[in-house]
Amino acid sequence: MGVALTRAAQWTTASSGTGKLEITPVNESLLKEILEFVEQFSSRHPQEAKHVFKEPLQWTTSLEASDFKTEYDISGPTVKSQETDRDGHPMLQLTPPSISVHSFSQLSKIVQLATDKKLKEVRACLEANRDPVAKMLGPSFATVEGEDSSVLRLLEEVKEGDQAKETEIKVKLIILLQQLDTQLLSSSLKQISQEVRLSPAAVKNDVELLKSFCSEGETRVLTSVQYTSDYEFTNGCRTPPWRQVHGEICYLVIKPCDTQPLHITCSTLEIDYDVYRDLVTLLKSKSPHFAENINKQDFAVQEEPPTQKVQHVELVDAEEQGQPQRSYEHQEKNVHEKARQQLVQNKPGGKKKLEPSLKWKNLGLASPYEPSPYYGKNSSNKQRETTVHRYFKTFGGADDFSESSSESEEDEEQPERRTESNTDLPSEYWQIQKLVKYLKGGNQTATVIALCSMRDFNLAQETCQLAIRDVGGLEVLINLLDTEEIKCKIGSLKILKEISRNSQIRRAIADLGGLQTMVKILDSPDKDLKYLAAETIANVAKFRRARRTVRQHGGIKRLVKLLDCVPDSAALTEEQEKDVEVARCGALALWSCSKSTRNKEAIRKAGGIPLLARLLKSPHENMLIPVVGTLQECASERSYRIAIQMEGMIEDLVKNLNCDNHELQMHCASAIFKCAEDKRTRDLVRQCEGLQPLVTLLSQADNKQLLAATTGAIWKCSISMENVAKFQDYKALETLVGLLTDQPEEVLVNVVGALGEGAQKPANRATIRKCGGIQPLVNLLTGTNQALLVNVTKAVGACATELENMTIIDRLDGVRLLWSLLKNPNPDVQASAAWAICPCIENAKDSGEMVRSFVGGLELIVNLLKSTNKEVLASVCAAIAKIAKDEENLAVITDHGVVPMLAKLTNTTDDKLRRHLAEAIARCCMWGSNRVLFGEAGAVAPLVRYLKSKDTSVHQATAQALFQLSKDPNNCITMHDNGVVKLLLGMMGSTDEVLQEAAAGCVANIRRLALANEKARYG
Amino acid sequence: MAEMSAMNRKLIQNLAETLSKQVKHFNKTEAECLIRLFNGLLGDQSDRRVGNGLDRGKFRNILHNTFGMTDDMIMDRVFRAFDKDNDSYVSVKEWIEGLSIFLRGTLDEKIKYCFDVYDLNGDGYISREEMFHMLKNSLIRQPTEEDPDEGIKDLVEITLKKMDHDHDSRLSYADFEKAVRDENLLLEAFGTCLPDAKSILEFEQHAFQDTLEH
Repeated sequence: MGVALTRAAQWTTASSGTGKLEITPVNESLLKEILEFVEQFSSRHPQEAKHVFKEPLQWTTSLEASDFKTEYDISGPTVKSQETDRDGHPMLQLTPPSISVHSFSQLSKIVQLATDKKLKEVRACLEANRDPVAKMLGPSFATVEGEDSSVLRLLEEVKEGDQAKETEIKVKLIILLQQLDTQLLSSSLKQISQEVRLSPAAVKNDVELLKSFCSEGETRVLTSVQYTSDYEFTNGCRTPPWRQVHGEICYLVIKPCDTQPLHITCSTLEIDYDVYRDLVTLLKSKSPHFAENINKQDFAVQEEPPTQKVQHVELVDAEEQGQPQRSYEHQEKNVHEKARQQLVQNKPGGKKKLEPSLKWKNLGLASPYEPSPYYGKNSSNKQRETTVHRYFKTFGGADDFSESSSESEEDEEQPERRTESNTDLPSEYWQIQKLVKYLKGGNQTATVIALCSMRDFNLAQETCQLAIRDVGGLEVLINLLDTEEIKCKIGSLKILKEISRNSQIRRAIADLGGLQTMVKILDSPDKDLKYLAAETIANVAKFRRARRTVRQHGGIKRLVKLLDCVPDSAALTEEQEKDVEVARCGALALWSCSKSTRNKEAIRKAGGIPLLARLLKSPHENMLIPVVGTLQECASERSYRIAIQMEGMIEDLVKNLNCDNHELQMHCASAIFKCAEDKRTRDLVRQCEGLQPLVTLLSQADNKQLLAATTGAIWKCSISMENVAKFQDYKALETLVGLLTDQPEEVLVNVVGALGEGAQKPANRATIRKCGGIQPLVNLLTGTNQALLVNVTKAVGACATELENMTIIDRLDGVRLLWSLLKNPNPDVQASAAWAICPCIENAKDSGEMVRSFVGGLELIVNLLKSTNKEVLASVCAAIAKIAKDEENLAVITDHGVVPMLAKLTNTTDDKLRRHLAEAIARCCMWGSNRVLFGEAGAVAPLVRYLKSKDTSVHQATAQALFQLSKDPNNCITMHDNGVVKLLLGMMGSTDEVLQEAAAGCVANIRRLALANEKARYG
Repeated sequence: MAEMSAMNRKLIQNLAETLSKQVKHFNKTEAECLIRLFNGLLGDQSDRRVGNGLDRGKFRNILHNTFGMTDDMIMDRVFRAFDKDNDSYVSVKEWIEGLSIFLRGTLDEKIKYCFDVYDLNGDGYISREEMFHMLKNSLIRQPTEEDPDEGIKDLVEITLKKMDHDHDSRLSYADFEKAVRDENLLLEAFGTCLPDAKSILEFEQHAFQDTLEH
């Protein structure tokens, strides 16, 4: 009875303690049944009835001493029973108004004594004793949600066996009480189920009732009640059929007197809107006027009942209870009754029969919008909007965006959408709804059958996936995961695994807390459960929030643990095969999770890398794909790239390039692509003979993802010149040039990158030209993809070092295109373009004329000296050095103020910039008074310091600049003061002749000045 | 007395030796443990009807207490499946043979066993009526429905649709076997008649370790 009381009975306050039993039909019948049980108890089970309760049941009674007769000692207002327990305490004691009772026999008697106050006594008793079983049998039998071990406890007591007789009675007593409990539950279920299932007829009745409230002048409580649709389907619903599937019966617009119109959906299903048990409650909460007047209405009805029937019922009620709060309830019930009797006359109306409480939901739209909005698609959209709104609200977690923003997010949070367009309902909807009903109301056996049957639907189809969600199946499936029934869990996971391929379902699963449960299941000893849970996690963790949930609940560690198996013996036992399957699914889940940066780290910390390395030796493709997939995903992290190299995984990756599964090949190539940034890895790829398979894979030009990965790997491997030589042997460049047209950008970036690296070798530059690669490359200069532009400019620049190539580039106006890229906002593109311009100027015919022909070109490039990017500065200096070779152009850039700008940069410590800056200064000295200007701008002293740099290429350029500057006497003085002579003397001993000469020239100039000086001084 | 128990021990060992050869999944020691356990369960059934073995009540107690079974009808059927010679007692041989499948049976053995349990009248088919009988308590009755059995009937139809491959409205052994092979979850389609992993573990621990210590 404990369970029935806590679960089924409707208490006014949810908290335990002194709650009141609401006066509801459910409680009424519960009480009646309990009453009947108590009444007959002492005659049916005389022995058990004598059992003394552990604690007396105490409550405030309305009984008085006069009500008691024989067998009781009455002294004034107090009463004691003659029946006593072993210690002589009376079994019943009344000190008005409180009464305490020690046994069922006394309870029975009270009930008999109380005659017409029976129900009231039972109610009072139960309200005062929320868990009567605990009092009767002791606190260890208190009703605990979810488990019932009372029988076990009793058994323990039996074992102890000292008070055998008493315990036996106790056992019987508890069995009787449990029977009562079950009985109560099942009968209240009847009523609850009636409540859940709301029929169109009942809605109609209520609307009729409410309409009657609208018409009465002074006592009128509502302005109007209207359906949004006049059309009534044969089943009584007024909603379009595609909403009927969701249990919606009709929509109402109710205008109360005082507030704005309310838009109400009557539905059999409870969804998470504001749900009201009935229409009157809803109106009471929304309209104060209604609340106030409905009570008046109450009294009005009581005083002068408008119809015969209401009067009749009301009279019965008035006799029974008089509290105003209740009268509302009964008013409502009675009117229901009236309406029902009018409209459903074929059903014999039981007087106290219950009216189903309607599930009314208020969409919470306080403001009026379109007068009749609930038709067809329009209506669904409106409602969808509110749903979507709530949907977003639910997951605005504080650290929602704490993940790295760089991670790929293929499955962004998107508003929920439902296929509303197809109006004819698929039969699957109904069938699935039925199965879900069995899942809810079935024992293990029925559940398993329903689960197996559900799997026969085409779960890959969106209709079925959404049907399961829409009929509340997801909740049930996820709840099943929390049970102890392994078979139910397996069955449920098998379904979840399939339907979680749908992104809306994934979200719903995550919202319902399914991930947490599945992560817990990963600890299960049952291997089937483990792999199914892992596979489902793999599907669900396709979006960021889910991946974070997995990590935060310790999922990564558990998943990594799953990887631990023996993969590579040829003959596996059945158990080992299952282990492998578990590991495979673990890898699948990690693959999904590894798209988040923090998860990559968590995998590494959990010791995942060596396990992945071991699984990489597996012979099975279906194992290798998730393993390599995870690795290539994680290879974006440096720690992984090092680990992949150190654990010897490159060899395995290369080996798998030779398999015939495109997906696996793609992941391998992609992993190599990411890892080959490192020189040692590039060498390893070559040593493992991985270059040839990569070239072979270029023939798979139809599979763009594979092609992108392959070309990427070739590009990165080409950074090592030894590899370029190999690629030359394999004739890779010829194929790559063929891929310069009609390819997606992610392929083009890599192809052009590879060509750019390859073109560092003169032979390859010729090859590119011979294969007709120059033109497509130049054409690509007009693109917008920045990564692509960086690579294209580099490739074009590399090609331009060959005179023959340059002719073609010139003809195609490639230099102008390069020059215009200097305007690109991306500094990488600017720098790369400027670098490419250098060989062009050097090798083009009439390059001075060409450069001058670019309107505003020189000003543009000089202005780039204002950039803050070192690479841009270095490249622009290099370009200026080339430009300045032409005297006319040098004059122009001098006018644009190149001298002070260069001088300003001289304080840099970056050797690359120093070198090109010194070159540019050397060249710019050749015009007018630029030498003097550099000296005045303070460029000389910093340049002297460049000679102390460790980079010898800096020395050469600097010596040349100093040589040019030393042609001005003041500069010589500055140099001399900064100790240039000693440094230059050292340089003069260099093997580099250009350096020797420049250093010597500079020293000679200084010396000459000194001599002239002496001569002047001493004559 | 000591002589008696020595003899007894000898007897048990011999019996265990023979039985462990007949039964696939137990070695001699395990068989011996199970025999001891069996004798222990027989306990003070001292009216010396030795050879008869465990009666229905005792056996059902074990199923209920040790293996957590609750369905009366299924427990009866399990008893029948153990009691191969149909003499209403589970002999020591039947005990060990039965437990062999119960605890460690292969899928094939279990399919056979479950089919026997579910084939209530032993005619080699699980009929509609038998299914209905076994499933009748599997759903919470919805009194709102006109026919409270409707759900059960529907479940039977679902099951038939899923398992009756030759469409003769009943499940032959072949039907059952194929269905279970396709979907192992259907092994106990009509009620739990095998112990779960946890109670197996507990039972084996109790039987093979605790018994040895005594």
